[in-house]
Amino acid sequence: MAEKARGKIFPFTFPCTICKDFVDELGGMFLFLLESAMLIFAGWGQFPKIIRQVYFIGVQSVSVIALIGLFSGMVMGMQLYYALATFGADGFLGTGVALSMVRELAPVLTAIMLTGRAGSAMTAEIGVMRISEQIDALTIMDINPMRYLVAPKLAASLICFPILTAFFNLIALWGGWLTGVKLLGANEGVYWSRVTDALEWVDIEGGFIKSIVFGILVCTICTFEGYYTHIRSGHSGPEGVSQSTTNAVVKSCVVILASDYVMTSLLW
Amino acid sequence: MKSSTAPNIRLENLTIGYGGNPVVKDLNIEFPGGKLSMVIGGSGSGKSTLLKHILQLQPPISGEIFIGEHNMGKLSRRERHCIRQRTGVLFQDGAMLGSLKLIDNIALPLREHTKLSEEQIMRIVQDRLAMMGLGHALELYPNELSGGMRKRAGLARALVMDPQVLFCDEPTSGLDPVMSAELDQLLLEMMCHFDMTMVVVTHDLASMRGLADHVVILGESKCLYQGTIEELEKTEDPYLRRFLDRAAEERDAPRLTMAPISQEMMKLNCNSIMGEKDTVRKDPQCSS
Repeated sequence: MAEKARGKIFPFTFPCTICKDFVDELGGMFLFLLESAMLIFAGWGQFPKIIRQVYFIGVQSVSVIALIGLFSGMVMGMQLYYALATFGADGFLGTGVALSMVRELAPVLTAIMLTGRAGSAMTAEIGVMRISEQIDALTIMDINPMRYLVAPKLAASLICFPILTAFFNLIALWGGWLTGVKLLGANEGVYWSRVTDALEWVDIEGGFIKSIVFGILVCTICTFEGYYTHIRSGHSGPEGVSQSTTNAVVKSCVVILASDYVMTSLLW
Repeated sequence: MKSSTAPNIRLENLTIGYGGNPVVKDLNIEFPGGKLSMVIGGSGSGKSTLLKHILQLQPPISGEIFIGEHNMGKLSRRERHCIRQRTGVLFQDGAMLGSLKLIDNIALPLREHTKLSEEQIMRIVQDRLAMMGLGHALELYPNELSGGMRKRAGLARALVMDPQVLFCDEPTSGLDPVMSAELDQLLLEMMCHFDMTMVVVTHDLASMRGLADHVVILGESKCLYQGTIEELEKTEDPYLRRFLDRAAEERDAPRLTMAPISQEMMKLNCNSIMGEKDTVRKDPQCSS
């Protein structure tokens, strides 16, 4: 009887369980974010930790961001030049490169690259600390692990994501100039004047808002996944850490693209 | 003989486990203040789980834990803060923070919780590390230390705040007998040096005989014994007797010798490995 009833209920309970788990995790992540955001300001002792994280997340990512920015700008310059030249509108190359980069590609690509470089490292670091009892040791020493480990990473992400996005923009515009103007022969003066004319403050502001939101999302997802590595059912120890790291990167990338769509709809 | 001011630890009707599934039920145990108590039991008997619950890293399913007069489940934030600062823990692998040098690892609790100057902190840290015989390793990272050194470093960190209670999770696991004996000796010296209650979770029966003032034996999801080692030696309980005899055997164990495996046994082993139906193995020993 019970088996029969379970069979009838199962088609409904399964999606309900998934929804419940999703809402549970979302709620957990939100509270995790709130707590770590408040702990950023837990005394001057946080300052050196934040600086260390800025070095790790920001300074050490400069070369990767520069490379990605350069090649994205070069590809964009080349493709747009060919497309626009078909209609004799190659003068609008600067407009196309500037708007696409500043509004969309720079925040998204920067966030995805930082997820791969710094986000995965955050998850792995915190996950290893969890399975090797280092987080328990912090708790026992009455040092809040959220304050010690998570809050400085969140603060550093808030600082680094917009700065690296701005850096990406600069390099990408220069990359567009390199292919569009230097390789394919578009007019240099027209290119730069279109760049400055096309960009308005609202575009730059929108790009920064996106990068800040991406910074919060990536840091929260990656640190959350690492922090709760030990309660991942079916995976414990090093396997749990690798699973958490994979989850963190995949979830971050999906959330970046989904939230990008939502923010683009709302901002422009 | 001076009387100890270190608190006792009392467990009342404590049932512990994970996710509502009990591992050990209805524990009523008292670890006497100022003494070295040892929690012994086989693998999976709930020793480390008990430690995690006493340390409030896991909430108990039911029951209460008292350290001194403080009910650990009903502490205010400030009380919890005070008790944690007076509690040291030596984790199984030391649990040193991998990103910090040894000196910074040991100094961490002092930097976080005291207003001591950096000079005073360094003096205390160097003193503790010298006590552990690690005065030369200040600038090393935890991954540059051997297993025994990591445990001694963990002990130095556990003692840096002058705790009243020290918990050790399997302090001698993974160490060779010489190193184990050295660490046991170190624990005894620390007991004499600091007035504290020490609870050691272990399955090292030799350590139990050498160190324990008070013994708790866990098994079959309950507390099988608590009392002094002398009382334990006199017990008639068959399970505990077997346990103690095993300890004696371990101490006086003869060297194991290699005996040649008989043809019958070889055949049996091959069949059990390959399954009874699988008889096409090329090995002539097996197919014969």
